[in-house]
Amino acid sequence: MKIHEFQAKDLLRAAGVPVLVGKVATSPTEAAAAFTALGTPVCAVKAQIHAGGRGKGQVLATGQRGVELAKTAADAERIARGLLEQSLVTIQTGPAGQTVRKVFVESGCAIDRELYCAILVDRAAGSPVLIASTAGGMDIEEVAAKTPEKILSEPFDPDRGLAGWQARLLASKLDLPTAAWRHAETFFRRLCQAFVALDASLLEVNPLVLTKDGTLVALDAKMTFDDNALFRHPDIAALRDAAEEEPAEIRAAAAGLSYVKLEGTIGCLVNGAGLAMSTMDLVKLHGGEPANFLDVGGGADVKQVTEAFRIILSDTNVKAILVNIFGGIMRCTTIATALIEASKTVGFTVPLVVRLEGTEVEEGKKILAESGTAIITANGLTDAAQKVVAASKA
Amino acid sequence: MSILVTRDTRVICQGITGKVGEFHARGCLDYGTRMVGGVTPGKGGESVAGLPVFNTVAEARDATGCNATMIFVPPAFAADAILEAVGAGIELVVAITEGIPVLDMARVLPVVNDSGSRLIGPNCPGVITPAECKIGIMPGYIHTPGSVGVMSRSGTLTYEAVWQLTQLGHGQSTCVGLGGDPLVGSSFIDILELFEADPDTHAILMMGEIGGSAEEEAAEFVKHHVTKPVAAFIAGRTAPPGKRMGHAGAIISGGKGTAEAKLAALADAGIEIAESPADMAAALVRAIEKRRGRR
Repeated sequence: MKIHEFQAKDLLRAAGVPVLVGKVATSPTEAAAAFTALGTPVCAVKAQIHAGGRGKGQVLATGQRGVELAKTAADAERIARGLLEQSLVTIQTGPAGQTVRKVFVESGCAIDRELYCAILVDRAAGSPVLIASTAGGMDIEEVAAKTPEKILSEPFDPDRGLAGWQARLLASKLDLPTAAWRHAETFFRRLCQAFVALDASLLEVNPLVLTKDGTLVALDAKMTFDDNALFRHPDIAALRDAAEEEPAEIRAAAAGLSYVKLEGTIGCLVNGAGLAMSTMDLVKLHGGEPANFLDVGGGADVKQVTEAFRIILSDTNVKAILVNIFGGIMRCTTIATALIEASKTVGFTVPLVVRLEGTEVEEGKKILAESGTAIITANGLTDAAQKVVAASKA
Repeated sequence: MSILVTRDTRVICQGITGKVGEFHARGCLDYGTRMVGGVTPGKGGESVAGLPVFNTVAEARDATGCNATMIFVPPAFAADAILEAVGAGIELVVAITEGIPVLDMARVLPVVNDSGSRLIGPNCPGVITPAECKIGIMPGYIHTPGSVGVMSRSGTLTYEAVWQLTQLGHGQSTCVGLGGDPLVGSSFIDILELFEADPDTHAILMMGEIGGSAEEEAAEFVKHHVTKPVAAFIAGRTAPPGKRMGHAGAIISGGKGTAEAKLAALADAGIEIAESPADMAAALVRAIEKRRGRR
């Protein structure tokens, strides 16, 4: 689950990590008032969307950048007007961009150097790892690709946290002034503690700023959380901003389904993420374009599968649906029953190609055959792909 | 021969009194797995599917002499269940549970690594040596005994591959589902080592997917340490780059993790690539034939 920058900063502040003072505004007037209330000579007005690259991103209609400095209340008002209710396009939003519904007006600080740091769980290390680089700012991805040696990395145990010496090693390699080391040690250790305590899956501070008075400040903060751990963090779950998410994806998540909307015309209903991705690959290989990724998971019941059909059919681009089920935990009879249920309650307006294999496959096929529901049955993957692509173009 | 499990493996099921645990414990029994008991705290003394239920793994071990466990415990308690099995000295711990918090696994893995236990999963279909022992949720009938070792990060994609192999007349020595979570107990490399050492495994089929660098590492290992023919499929070649938040995922993998990078690494190691998911078993057959041609 993703949250906004201002929410992440509230969490970091509570964890004792230095962040700047700021206020959220939902109108240009509020942005101007926030500037005045903060009382600093310069503020940054920052679009709050669930995507990075805001500094370089812009609103196509107005040319307004996603982050801009304001020196007066009138500046803040103008910037907020250029952003609010507009679609901001960044390298991470896709060409359509994301609508800005809130801006964060944040006080400024005297910047000496810009650095980068982030915490995430590293598959190879099998543990969380704090990574940092002297190359702060916006092109960190390029740094990683071209000069990986500039990316420092320290794995740490979730319960023991980052050791003092690891923090000092980073401070030294980041070339921080020795007077700032003690402060840096506290900063990095608290950041790691917050990551673990909140069950985050990503905590990225870019830029991490060394101020002219020798302290570190998290000038930006992006946090995502482990969905599997949200059950023990109701306070974090409450931070979800549904307006930032695709409605169909929210609906799918509520039903315990994993759904990602895409641009094509062939709806896919599959069990298992790997098979779902492979089914998309297969559709493309045979000249079609998938309309979605949908993994009904291992243990879906009739109700969930019916909801899955509803979600796929709510996409008006869908011209045909491919159901590809290889039953393990999922029984083919469940899918067959759900299919009939869905055809009764939802009604299939587009051709449906069904490929079943695995647990209770014969019973499942029998249920479908006896129901008289109009479906195109397929034997094997290639047959299924060819049939659904043909049906979508008919 | 085979790897990890045989007809002599004595298996318990942690979480056997749950609906899913019971369903699959019965499935394993029906397949012929030597199931010897189950564990659910507080339900010791009961019986499920004719198997005795114990309160703790240690008690189950003492009473049954089990050396493998299959875990269906709900996600919030699954990490503890894995640790309990490791603490009781169970040799093979197969965690089926989906949805375990990733930091729970970060706490579990060092304990597993310092023990004599091997962990498969979590969030995996399990392990099967056809006609001998099935520990997990895979449909048994798609498998047939033979000499192809199968391993995968995805459950249903494994079934697909196995089904194709069976239809082409290529049986399997052992099939291992590694699990789809970011942190899992066993890697491709761990299983490659076992397959390479197993005299009855003659070829290896692996299914990977985009993200992480496990496939690249496996390719490197194959290049230097595996003499048997290997074929591979990577799922997600056409997946569009998602709307990501932050750059850290790309940074940690240093340019690895894309389908292109994985396919290049696999091809460089001499691994036969399946272009289509319908072509996985066919790719393995090509790998075997190429090897024969070279001799």
